[in-house]
Amino acid sequence: MTTMTEKTKVEIIIDDVAYQVNADSNLLQECLSLGLDLPYFCWHPCMGSVGACRQCAVKQYRNEEDQDGLLTMACMTPVQPGARISIADPQAVDFRAGVIESLMISHPHDCPVCEEGGECHLQDMTLMSGHNYRRYDKKKVTHRNQYLGPFINHEMNRCITCYRCVRFYSEYAGGVDLAAQAAHHHTYFGRHEEGALESEFSGNLVEVCPTGVFTDKIFSERYSRKWDLQTAPSICTGCGVGCNTAPGERYGELRRIVNRYHSELNGYFICDRGRFGTGYVNHAERLQQPQDAEGKTLDAETAAARLREIAGKAIAIGSPRAGNEANHALRKLVGEANFHGGFSAAEQACMDEIVAFAGDPAFHNPSIREIEQADAVLVLGEDVTNTAPRIALALRQSVRNRAYELADSARIPHWQDAAVREIAQHERSPLYLFATGATRLDDVAEASVIDTPSGLARQAFALAHRIHADAPAASGDGGGNAAQLDQIAEQLAAAKRPLIVAGAGNGQVELIRAAGNIARALHKRRGNGERKPLDLCLLTGEVNSMGLHLLIRPENSLEAALEKLASGEAENLIVLENDLYRRAPHARVDAALNTARTTVALDLLPNRTTAKADLVLPVTAFSEQQATYVNYEGRAQLAWQVHRNHSAARPAWQWTGEFAHFREALHDCAVSAPAMARLVEVLPDTSHLPGGGKLPRQPERYSGRTAMKANLNVHEPKQAQDPDSALAFSMEGVPARRDATLLASPWAPQWNSNQSISKFQDEINGPLRQGHGGALLLERGAGGGFHPVPEADEATGIELTPARQIFGSEELSARSEAIRKRMSDAYVAISPGIAAGHGLTHGAAVSVRGEDASITVLACVRGSMPSGVAALHASDREIDFHGLGARVSLAPAAGDAAVALDRGLGELIVSDLAQGS
Amino acid sequence: MVSNPLTRNIDLSRPPFDLAAYEAVDGYRGLREIARGLEPSDVLDKVKDSGLKGRGGAGFPTGLKWSFVPMGDDAPKQKYFVVNADEMEPGTFKDRLLMEGDPHLLIDGMIIASYAIQANTAYIFLRGEYTESERILRKALAEARERGYLGNNILDTGFDLEIILHTSAGRYICGEETALLNALEGKRANPRAKPPFPQVSGLWGKPTIVNNVETVCNLPGIMAWGIDWYRGLTKGNDHGTKLFGVSGKVRSPGCWELPLGTPIRELMEVYAGGMRDGLELKGFLPGGGSTDFMLPEHLDLNLDYDDIAGAGSRLATGTMIVLDSQTCPVGMIGNLMTFFSHESCGYCTPCRDGLPWVNEIFRAFEAGKGSHRDLAILEEHVDYLGPGKTFCALAPGATAPLGSGLRYFREDFERHISEQRCPYKQ
Amino acid sequence: MNTEENQLIASTTVAADYLRETEIAEIEHERTLYPDARAVGLEALKIVQKHRGWVSDESLRAVAEYLRLPIAELEGVATFFNLIYRRPVGRNVILYCNSVSCWIMGCEQVKDKIAGELGIDFGETTTDGNFTLIPVPCLGDCDRAPVMMVGPDQHRNLDRADLGAIFAQYRKGKE
Ligand SMILES: Cc1cc2nc3c(=O)[nH]c(=O)nc-3n(C[C@H](O)[C@H](O)[C@H](O)COP(=O)(O)O)c2cc1C
Ligand code: SF4
Ligand code: FES
Repeated sequence: MTTMTEKTKVEIIIDDVAYQVNADSNLLQECLSLGLDLPYFCWHPCMGSVGACRQCAVKQYRNEEDQDGLLTMACMTPVQPGARISIADPQAVDFRAGVIESLMISHPHDCPVCEEGGECHLQDMTLMSGHNYRRYDKKKVTHRNQYLGPFINHEMNRCITCYRCVRFYSEYAGGVDLAAQAAHHHTYFGRHEEGALESEFSGNLVEVCPTGVFTDKIFSERYSRKWDLQTAPSICTGCGVGCNTAPGERYGELRRIVNRYHSELNGYFICDRGRFGTGYVNHAERLQQPQDAEGKTLDAETAAARLREIAGKAIAIGSPRAGNEANHALRKLVGEANFHGGFSAAEQACMDEIVAFAGDPAFHNPSIREIEQADAVLVLGEDVTNTAPRIALALRQSVRNRAYELADSARIPHWQDAAVREIAQHERSPLYLFATGATRLDDVAEASVIDTPSGLARQAFALAHRIHADAPAASGDGGGNAAQLDQIAEQLAAAKRPLIVAGAGNGQVELIRAAGNIARALHKRRGNGERKPLDLCLLTGEVNSMGLHLLIRPENSLEAALEKLASGEAENLIVLENDLYRRAPHARVDAALNTARTTVALDLLPNRTTAKADLVLPVTAFSEQQATYVNYEGRAQLAWQVHRNHSAARPAWQWTGEFAHFREALHDCAVSAPAMARLVEVLPDTSHLPGGGKLPRQPERYSGRTAMKANLNVHEPKQAQDPDSALAFSMEGVPARRDATLLASPWAPQWNSNQSISKFQDEINGPLRQGHGGALLLERGAGGGFHPVPEADEATGIELTPARQIFGSEELSARSEAIRKRMSDAYVAISPGIAAGHGLTHGAAVSVRGEDASITVLACVRGSMPSGVAALHASDREIDFHGLGARVSLAPAAGDAAVALDRGLGELIVSDLAQGS
Repeated sequence: MVSNPLTRNIDLSRPPFDLAAYEAVDGYRGLREIARGLEPSDVLDKVKDSGLKGRGGAGFPTGLKWSFVPMGDDAPKQKYFVVNADEMEPGTFKDRLLMEGDPHLLIDGMIIASYAIQANTAYIFLRGEYTESERILRKALAEARERGYLGNNILDTGFDLEIILHTSAGRYICGEETALLNALEGKRANPRAKPPFPQVSGLWGKPTIVNNVETVCNLPGIMAWGIDWYRGLTKGNDHGTKLFGVSGKVRSPGCWELPLGTPIRELMEVYAGGMRDGLELKGFLPGGGSTDFMLPEHLDLNLDYDDIAGAGSRLATGTMIVLDSQTCPVGMIGNLMTFFSHESCGYCTPCRDGLPWVNEIFRAFEAGKGSHRDLAILEEHVDYLGPGKTFCALAPGATAPLGSGLRYFREDFERHISEQRCPYKQ
Repeated sequence: MNTEENQLIASTTVAADYLRETEIAEIEHERTLYPDARAVGLEALKIVQKHRGWVSDESLRAVAEYLRLPIAELEGVATFFNLIYRRPVGRNVILYCNSVSCWIMGCEQVKDKIAGELGIDFGETTTDGNFTLIPVPCLGDCDRAPVMMVGPDQHRNLDRADLGAIFAQYRKGKE
């Protein structure tokens, strides 16, 4: 919300002590920045002030002489140089106690059975405000709860009406199905009727709600108190953004995910895939023992020996969903020349381009905080809400920069949230979307350019040319609307901080090239004096797509690997955490696997590739191991191991036997891959730890340690050792209170909730003290030039493009129970015209025929799509997407095919569903 | 000279004046002056000099309020003028009289005000239940439109104005000017934080003036007969006349236009005819449900903003509610507390959750379950819900009768506790 | 570009099936009076209620879809205000003032009489569907208290009025 650029400091006096604080802020925010305890509810660091709860009252004095002062809400009072205030003033203390008492009159006092108990902001503030004796003896107001879908519980009786939920859900995240209802003390926060919350960010309600109205349903089912969860700093593996998370484990089960603050990246929020998509870790089918082709269990030593045995004549295929250490260990095992990327052909091409741009000094790949500062944005082809949801949330904030300008003109401070929204009305900084249909960002977009993927690329090239004549021209404006392209060009060129977004999500390399041309054209147009690199945000598909790409040679694609196997050039194959059938035409994968003498697959859940392997080695899941991942920005981040896996599964780098310790694997990776040189910077400085000690993963109050396994053995086992990290699987050691990089679960005296994070910031919304985890790996090298406009494609037929869904497109999260409840079936989205022309109706089974494959999915008829494109979503069906090729034909499929696709399309949330839906 | 500019045309036994009749008695003179070249700033100066104070309750000087609207080339072009005709304050029945008695007076005033701040759109935010006012105003608006007093380029002045009649969907809080703006925008009528004031960022974020019906009805007279005349109307310190009403068990309840500064006793005894037979005056709320009680000893004060403030209350809407010796003060205050707790918008904590507690305590008193413990809690809430502590002035309004009632009628509360019943009930 | 815009199933057409022509015409008129769809939303609820007596779930949805407003938010508005009825009401809504001046003048006793006469309490509808009794804050006629509205009509000095006659007028006259 607030930019971090130089701030003017002024002096104010709080309870007779002078402090330096930020001038353009409010008193509450500054008190919290100073580390003072002042209770609040409706204020949120990222959403500003509205003055509803009245909890943050302080006394303000007019001048030195004023002895009486006046109560004022700190969150609504601007900082004024020389201001004198008091938090401790008895009248202020009294009033705050009164507010808490009011809030609690109808509260059910059900803390023992409330999931929020022990990390409840309301509990904290109640204690802090000194309400500890209940006087209200009249009737309480009660509410009925709603069913809100598989993710979120609703317990309205706990509500204290701070309005944070709706402010986050609708104002911040753009959700349309949660709002304040009714009035006075019957005010209610819910949907207009029961049903799943539609927003991709609904899970943040759990953290935004200061009490237990919205709680995590998945967690509720296997609940533990916060202090009984073993936790460690982690990274979300849901997409290429790399949001910071704090998973919590109990009894060997991963119980929940919460946001972990990162000032440059996710801030306070993550998406629902990240929060609810890790159930696969607890999956009953998790691979536990090494197995041979017959499914016979092998002991670990034998299995490891076999792996090493075949490695000499093997090529290996890495994984964008595995960490750098795993990929590097395999690379080391088979040799760099034999190590291949695990990307599909289209994605490989995109990644090549993305990494090339990442080295271009004309461009800058912005962090989320920087994205939020863009004042004109163009998104090319990428369906950001479904491929990198957290970025979509950031783009939604970027359009508010116009509102801040308007606010400035009326001298409304930026933290005055409601007033800023009011003066801005529908005025927004421009956001343009190039898309194949309606997207979930349409509501804040200035306009959408709708076309087929190749059409979008042509239009985008034309746009680049309009911005700067050096960019090659596309004939006939690329088929676009000249006036509209002019308008977009003009607004981007006029912006102070324009941003171009594209990505590997739909595998259209030309769109990425076109994005590069547009960004380069804008950069060229900037005067010589203003040659700041231009924000070009190129999104990578998976958690470590970038890391994997940095480890492979340019020619070592997956295609090349399959070729080497099919041709006999390579004898054996080792596949790391990768279902090849998701990446290449099934026939080619089959051919390669059938020719390979021995195939070893390392993975954590069975899939089509492990099914074909001669040896399957079980690996640990993200929360069971330590790993580093490189996100879309080129930021390497360390995910710590949270808990142990008690089966034979181990991290892939351990199976290879190359390294004894994680640090060794990491160091070796950094040394042997030039692009990874800075990887070592992700490791924390542990020199300050007393006596070289360790940090506990278990909080002080962790209970039942000696009883946990008593049903198996009454002898208390020795605590497991963790030779690989600075963390201990126990309560012993010094908690990470003063080291932000090791901080999973913030806590401070009187602050048990996630709001305690402010105690780790020098300044609200600023970096954590001692920085934050992560190291930017990529160096800018030599600049590149404009890409040529691709030849117009003469082929006929319907263009095939992937349709991504937040719930269903990512391989592992799609195997989580909670996510499955929100997944649609496989479908192909088409325009009403195509549907009518092919005798298809929404929801009917359709046969999609391509080059080397033919599949059956459901027809999804979407009103805003252009004709000539089919957007295919595979969901969890075993569909030969890559076998279809670039163009497809459609035909109605037999009626019983639809029955097999029994998940239906009901869970799809799109705004332009057509007739009959 | 005219001495009752607000009600001179009002006679409820006949339909209100139509446009022609209204014009025949000096109506729309301000508009004609504007057509003759009066600048917006001239209008503003006149209103400032008149000393007119807002009649909506707060008594804020009208000209001063207008002067905060950004004017000039840098200022937003779109501005709005809004008439607050939400009249829902318990015991208040003055704006209805004006709208149903002389609708053109209001329209006349609106044109003047809109011109002064250069608003091209004006809304009348009318209470939904005022169906008769709606009918009458719609007719008058149509006449004014027909006559060219509304629309584009009014009387060749280059000034355009549309007046839109909006009927409220009902809630007392809609009368609070910022909540009113939210209601007009079709949102939940929660008030807005001030600053920014509506004059800077109001309706749809544009500069906006909200004035009460009666305030606006003062404008035609000021424009027609001048400042000296206007200042001469008063008997006291504040200028002009005002509508004063009396309800409760007086002989002839009603609403009258009187010079400011008229003694309260005159209003009560001469106009309202004194108490009904057998009853005595026990106290009164001088200006609607959110003012502090006054006592018989205050009868000799004058109906002036400062005089009434001196007695610890507010002149506010000027419509008095009389408490007689046989009506239970605890019941009366309890009735108001039910009203306020139900009409709280639910935005801020003290009001939303404090008033229901207060209300529950009154229900307990009513049911013969009053206790000293609860009485102490009532006392606490007077302070807790007071000015500056809540988000808007609704809750402080509720504390006015509550706090003064606890002070003046303590004995009655005590009797409810000691007798464990309402002593006024047979 | 080859979008088939007109094929869009505009939620508007769905809603338009539900809303009647007169309602749509009136809603469209409101659009000319307010620069923002949200403002029209509240007006549209009133319009639908005027024609149908109350705002059903279907009406709410139809208005939301027609004006493309978030339905949860529209519900939040509908449930905020006193005069939008989200439950069916009788043919005549009695808005009964129970505020302070009316209270002083005996509105509680009169209300008991009405309740007796019609057999309903606040919030209830007579079995013949003729009347729904709803309390309302001060109706601004305090010098003629107690007062109530039946439909659009104000009735004053109820302590002296013939309640039976008043209600009869609505029972018969306005079927
Ligand atoms: C809870 C509350 C209700 C109010 N109701 C009304 C009302 O019904 N009519 C009115 O004119 N002013 C009402 N006001 C006062 C307005 O906020 C505002 O001050 C007034 O409309 C300004 O007009 P004036 O300057 O002409 O007095 C109310 C204020 C509050 C706090
Ligand atoms: S005081 Fe607070 S809750 Fe009450 S009406 Fe005003 S804003 Fe709403
Ligand atoms: S935090 Fe200041 S009023 Fe809620």
